[in-house]
Amino acid sequence: MNLILVTFIILLAFTSYYFGRKKALVIQSSQRLTALPKFYGYYLAAWCAAPALIIFALWSVFEPSIVKTFILQDYTDQNLTKNELQLIYTKVKALAAGTYTGNITNFLDESANKYIQLKGIANSAKVAIILAILIFSLSFAYRSVQKNDRMREPVEIFLKWVLFVASLGAVLVTIGIVFSLLFEAIRFFQAVKIFDFIFGTHWYPAKTFVRDGQPDPELMKDAFGAVPLFAGTFFIAFIAMCVAIPIGLLSGIYLSEYAGRGVRKYAKPIIEILAGIPTVVYGFFAALTVGPFVKEIGNAMGLEVSAESALAAGAVMGVMIIPFISSLSDDVMTAVPQNLRDGSYAMGATKSETVKKVIFPAALPGIVGSILLAVSRAIGETMIVVMASGLAANLTMNPLESTSTITAQIVVILIGDQQFGDPKTQSAFALGISLFIVTLFLNVIALSVVKKYREKYE
Amino acid sequence: MNSFKKNLLKKRYNAERRFQWYGKIAIGLALSFLAVFLFQIFSKGYSAFQKTWIVTEVHYDKELLLIDAESPSKDDLENADYYDVAYKAMTSLDPGLPEEEDRQLIQMVSYKYEAEVKDLLLKNPDYLGKIVPIKLTASDDVDQVHKGNYPRDIPEENRRVNDYQLQIYDMLNERGDILSEFNISFFTSPDSREAELAGIASSFMGTVFSILVCLAFSFPVAVLAAIYLEEFAPKNKFTDFIEVNINNLAAVPSIVFGLLGLGVLLAVFNLPRSTPLVGGITLSLMTLPTIIIAARASLKAVPPSIREAALAMGASNMQTTMHHTVPLSMPGTLSGTIIGLAQALGETAPLILIGMVAFVNTIPGTPVDPAASLPVQIYIWSESAERGFVEKVSACIMVLLAFLILMNLAAQIVRHKFEKKWS
Repeated sequence: MNLILVTFIILLAFTSYYFGRKKALVIQSSQRLTALPKFYGYYLAAWCAAPALIIFALWSVFEPSIVKTFILQDYTDQNLTKNELQLIYTKVKALAAGTYTGNITNFLDESANKYIQLKGIANSAKVAIILAILIFSLSFAYRSVQKNDRMREPVEIFLKWVLFVASLGAVLVTIGIVFSLLFEAIRFFQAVKIFDFIFGTHWYPAKTFVRDGQPDPELMKDAFGAVPLFAGTFFIAFIAMCVAIPIGLLSGIYLSEYAGRGVRKYAKPIIEILAGIPTVVYGFFAALTVGPFVKEIGNAMGLEVSAESALAAGAVMGVMIIPFISSLSDDVMTAVPQNLRDGSYAMGATKSETVKKVIFPAALPGIVGSILLAVSRAIGETMIVVMASGLAANLTMNPLESTSTITAQIVVILIGDQQFGDPKTQSAFALGISLFIVTLFLNVIALSVVKKYREKYE
Repeated sequence: MNSFKKNLLKKRYNAERRFQWYGKIAIGLALSFLAVFLFQIFSKGYSAFQKTWIVTEVHYDKELLLIDAESPSKDDLENADYYDVAYKAMTSLDPGLPEEEDRQLIQMVSYKYEAEVKDLLLKNPDYLGKIVPIKLTASDDVDQVHKGNYPRDIPEENRRVNDYQLQIYDMLNERGDILSEFNISFFTSPDSREAELAGIASSFMGTVFSILVCLAFSFPVAVLAAIYLEEFAPKNKFTDFIEVNINNLAAVPSIVFGLLGLGVLLAVFNLPRSTPLVGGITLSLMTLPTIIIAARASLKAVPPSIREAALAMGASNMQTTMHHTVPLSMPGTLSGTIIGLAQALGETAPLILIGMVAFVNTIPGTPVDPAASLPVQIYIWSESAERGFVEKVSACIMVLLAFLILMNLAAQIVRHKFEKKWS
């Protein structure tokens, strides 16, 4: 139904384009055109499609909730909670669609009939309104075409609006992220105190079986302490940075200050391949090769090492992050003005002294920015941890044991079928929002630092 | 120069040399990581492109097939009972084996061997009543033994292939009845629980559909947004806000987009779970900022003289942009788009959250059929315990990397071939 309507509108818009252009050619025989003939076509097509499609979209967004209010009006005198009302509405919808399998009460049957009726009314009303709008806007537009009004400006203003709306897309995505996370997280924090979540030291969401439709508050209190996850996340990120910072920074310095043109031309893109390899591939590598390797070495030294150690996951993650640091720090050091170098050489400093005492301090803000971006990347990294570093949330600072992270827990909780409304599912969104806040914070700082740095030297 | 100064100079020069070596070592380490990594994947994965067959003889006995008709039709052949014929074909390898031990022989071929026996007859109806040689897919344990990936010297109780099966295998191998051929079915068959039958066709199609959906959603919006921000947006707080937004979005962890897909696309809009449609839309939200940033950079690179010339000829701002600036910026935009898509191609976590991790043993035909994608397939297989899946994972990684290399090459070619050099 909806598809037919949209197709109809779009086809009509195409037709009106050709119609408008033709009309312009007719006008041309008697008077001077105000714009190229195709603008007459665009004008008609835009007036045809835009209002109808906007109304259609608004209607589709609001129709379900209006129908729902009408249906649930009959139940207001029964003193039902929000959840029960929702359940009734789901039943009514299922009954109307013919997929309901429970027992049917008279009341429910009545509601279902009313639902079908309302839907029918809504559908015909929608078609009628949209047809009316099409007729109205097309006749309006056609009159302007006939009068040979200015055609190019309105079309261009319309196009500009389309461009503007597209640029809101990115904002919409951000709003979508924040709201979808907040919506579920707030419901989670109604069941679990935010204090217990942030400061609790025991994470074991599988423990929260639901009894009599209500989760046991005592168990809930003890199951959702996120401290082990926060600790694990930062711990693994720390290990990754221990690998990535020295190698990345030294490679960056070498590439920008020492390497000849040939080396730089080939070595830089080859190192950047490391960042282009999908993370799931690193995860496989960490789980199958690095994990057992670390375990073997540990056992040879008489240490007890878990096969899924934080060390293996962190080290592999570090390798993945090397190019982020090396390329960015190479870029910022190359951007340091040559006269700083020349000044240092003129004082008799060697190249390494120049790097350490002049270029590095000058480039420090940019380098810090690149490291912060890399940290945010490490914190948000998922697949390596899921595959290589265990899923049990241990609160440990031993790199040879297995730990879990925020991202890994989100995957563990949400893999397979999810039930919305279950505190366990909601906890994933609470974890998601903490992840979002932390990475956002790091990104904002990093980006502003890098931006300030750029302004300084460009 | 006194000796103190000489010593100091020597020290400083040594420090200089050391520092250079640190840099060289760091680059060497980074490159060797890459080399070790690729070597591991290739050395483990190349054998998955070979498939092991066991050759035996099958007697299409009409009585065992329960075919009564004198000249059976296609339907008769279709409905015949192949169990006994297939069973005999395998047990004839060692006629001396007591009946209660026959599972050991049957287990040496894939569980679909009956279907393979059937397919051969359906393809060649004139084999009916004859004894003909047939190739059967070896089970993944035998396959691994043949490829030398399976240790033979560990105690029998720890092995999935017992001594008797090894003995039969050696006999067949000596006779030349174990064949190794290029593994076409790895590319043409969907996922399976059995390593010897599993292929990447379903996940490959899932990836292709997701990427197309992603392209269809992200490319138009991103290009329009970039045009607005670069050519028309007034310099004000709101434009700055949009810009900051885009830059931050580019650094949001991918799993958060998965949560968005789950919480909005599945829960609110009720789109079908586990499908490339939802996966593609989720990925498109992720690639949106990447493409916007690339498109803006390439719009910025178009020299102002082009715009000025167009404006001087009487073109409006919109005409200047649409007829001149945008077409000239397209090579850069397109190569940025391909790179963004290549990133999306490797994403796993968001797809897992929207359910594309389900076991799918059919090849999806449309974007609304359930499917996996190549990276998710890597994840699924790597969680499997069977030894045969290790090489499958490595082979799947090789296919994925090949895909990525192709896309990056395409981006390079678009950039270098079509981009105009100003200056």
